Amino acid sequence: MKLLKNLCIAAFLFVFLMPFKTATAASGGAASHLLNLSPIDMVIIAIYFVVVLAIGFYLKKYASTGDVFFMAGRKMTAWIAGLSFISANLSSLETMGWSAMAYQYGMLGAHAYLIGAIPAILFLAIVMMPFYYICRTHSVPGYLKLRYGEGPRALAGISFTFLTVMVSGASMFAMAKILNLLLGWNMNVSIWVSSITVGIYVFLGGLLSAVFNEVLQFFLIWLGTLLVPILGIISAGGWTRMLATAQKNAAIIHPTVQNADFTSLWRNLGSFDTNPMGIDWFGMVFGLGLAVSFGYWCTDFLQVQRVIIAKDLRSAQNGTVIGAMLKMLVPIIVTIPGLLGLAVLLNPNGTPMILVPESDPRANITLRTFNDVLPLLMGQYLGPGLLGLGVTAMIAGFMSGMAGNVSAFATVWTYDVYKPLLNKKASDKHYLSMGRWCSILGVLISIGTAYALFYFSNILEFLQVLVFFFIVPLFGTVILGMLWKRATPAGGFWGFLAAIIISMSMWVFVHTFPDGSRPHPSVLISNNAVVSVVKQSDDKISQVIVESGQIQTTNVAIPLEAGKEPVTSGQYVVPQTGVELSGVVRDGAVANSLRVLVPDAVEADTKQHTKFGVEGIPLALKPGVTIRASYIAKKFDAAAFNPAHTKYIARSEKAKPMAVNMYSAFWSLIVCLSVTIGVSIFTKPKPVEELRNLVMGLTDIPDEGPCPWYHHPKLWAAAVLIILIAINIIFW
Amino acid sequence: MYDEHQIPIWFFIGLLLTIYGVLILGCGIYNIINPPEHPVKLANLHMDIWWGILLLVIGLIYSIKYRPSKRQP
Repeated sequence: MKLLKNLCIAAFLFVFLMPFKTATAASGGAASHLLNLSPIDMVIIAIYFVVVLAIGFYLKKYASTGDVFFMAGRKMTAWIAGLSFISANLSSLETMGWSAMAYQYGMLGAHAYLIGAIPAILFLAIVMMPFYYICRTHSVPGYLKLRYGEGPRALAGISFTFLTVMVSGASMFAMAKILNLLLGWNMNVSIWVSSITVGIYVFLGGLLSAVFNEVLQFFLIWLGTLLVPILGIISAGGWTRMLATAQKNAAIIHPTVQNADFTSLWRNLGSFDTNPMGIDWFGMVFGLGLAVSFGYWCTDFLQVQRVIIAKDLRSAQNGTVIGAMLKMLVPIIVTIPGLLGLAVLLNPNGTPMILVPESDPRANITLRTFNDVLPLLMGQYLGPGLLGLGVTAMIAGFMSGMAGNVSAFATVWTYDVYKPLLNKKASDKHYLSMGRWCSILGVLISIGTAYALFYFSNILEFLQVLVFFFIVPLFGTVILGMLWKRATPAGGFWGFLAAIIISMSMWVFVHTFPDGSRPHPSVLISNNAVVSVVKQSDDKISQVIVESGQIQTTNVAIPLEAGKEPVTSGQYVVPQTGVELSGVVRDGAVANSLRVLVPDAVEADTKQHTKFGVEGIPLALKPGVTIRASYIAKKFDAAAFNPAHTKYIARSEKAKPMAVNMYSAFWSLIVCLSVTIGVSIFTKPKPVEELRNLVMGLTDIPDEGPCPWYHHPKLWAAAVLIILIAINIIFW
Repeated sequence: MYDEHQIPIWFFIGLLLTIYGVLILGCGIYNIINPPEHPVKLANLHMDIWWGILLLVIGLIYSIKYRPSKRQP
């Protein structure tokens, strides 16, 4: 009864606190909310919170030993391990982010679920799983300790614990921001309610609880999102018409890549110019298909932990193959919505709705962002009840992603940092207690990271990339250790470290601008300024006049007084003669169209509030208007790529961020392998006796006895591989 | 499953989907009787009814097949 009472209180607090629409420092200001929830939607969301908490309380009595808390007792069936494996990766950042990728890069986004995942997952199942399973390691850093020694384990353990809580905090911040923009929910309440819920159920049930909620989330995310592609395709007039419309609209929505083919997987990868990502087939195969994919799926402990907890080796392998099969289906709820965004998201006048990246100054002021594709489609097709289910799926995705990070943090900290470095001889009960409190600590650090992002939101830009700094080198080190008995501890350590340093150096290099990175010339008209808008006969804006108020200019040369040099920075009041800014602004030899953003101004004629954004239109400033001008030229800009530098990494100046990341991962892997091999040749290997059950050729794979033909992992792995090839041919 | 006495995760999933199925189906029936002022696109397909039924059927199958009483000694 006490439990029921607590759950009812939690649900009550949730329903009444979440919708409080208090403005916060980072909430983004004037943007209107995208989705409006009805009471039935709120009830559906509240029920989800009650159920996950109930599961946590129920599982507490089962998580009474370290093995259960950290490894879920190693008794999971293949289906639970497989669903958890794939679900840990299917967070809301993933679904929203990859829908955005498909909107930006077209069908190429689906590669992340095909060549960018399936071969690596199958490799993990068939080749690597026996080693992870037989050596009974608690974690990937744990394997490094057995294979190479303490150095690589400490490096991997510390970097992993640091990364998991940072990424968890970043996810939490992103969730709060998205819920604020979509639903108007208070960011503080979103962060604390979801964190406390996750903290409680991981504290109580450990990995067991996290796995249960991941399986639950898998069902919710599919049932909450699947209607979007179904209704979208019906609305677009069928699959073929949807693709044709998406391709036609893409030329308007993405004018910088007008000739790119948005609807093919491989046909457009012959050169850097024919696809929206600015990549070729080599980068796709070896960057994404080899380095990124194998790094992520084979050595990211968050993923591997989900399947090494299976009840036996065959279940672990079959669970991983089930994960591969389910992974191939994800483009249905991710890539298709992105393509639908190009085809069916229209303005009231019937023109294609243009969405922009988060880094665009117009983002969430006058235009929605790429990340809003999925929520926009949800708002377009899902009515009361179904919308609640869709939003629940998003929240469930965020929370289970966070729970995954927190439980992995607790395991790696306890077994790979605390136990070997700080307290070697404690009892199982002590380590269990440490794991429980680490879960709470992980949640608190995540909350701290989330609040840090309120003030340093550009950290989010590189936090996503930070993961690749470590997992690709980690894969190189682990795979050489597994397949080559001559790899030495010194080779493993220096190969790992050199690749991390190279990864970071490449990242710094592509974001460095020796001549300065200059943001696009823009004018932001402050809230409540009074403006007049001159329109042509076809209703297009031909001039904007600021009658009174304040404006902020960035990289705009302002001709304040006739006969004098234009000013670019400082604070001024427009003189009696007024000021006219041309629609085209020159910065040395470069000419750029002036971008004018009006998030919330008052129209001089009607006294009504208005918001709009225009580009290449002249702007007139009346006497008395205050100008705050700034000129920005950054030597280092984490949000921008220097094309002159990217060509050395990604082989083309046209490479988009995703292409640069793929090529960087490839070079990082090459460096890791080269240094590890080079150092190993000149250093002393471990004795063969110490490498038993750790290296191929020195490990006897145990015979698990006879089983029906349909339980053989290799058979299903072959079937998945054939389906993968068929999909690539069909959508060539 | 982890423990033979433990309620399987499938039962929790069935329970949640059954509740959601009932709520969404009820919402769909209500929307037929009282059509909303600003319906969503393709509201004429009444997907809330069909999806509610789907959730309810999946939920009931899981709830019944994996109900705890069946697995208790």
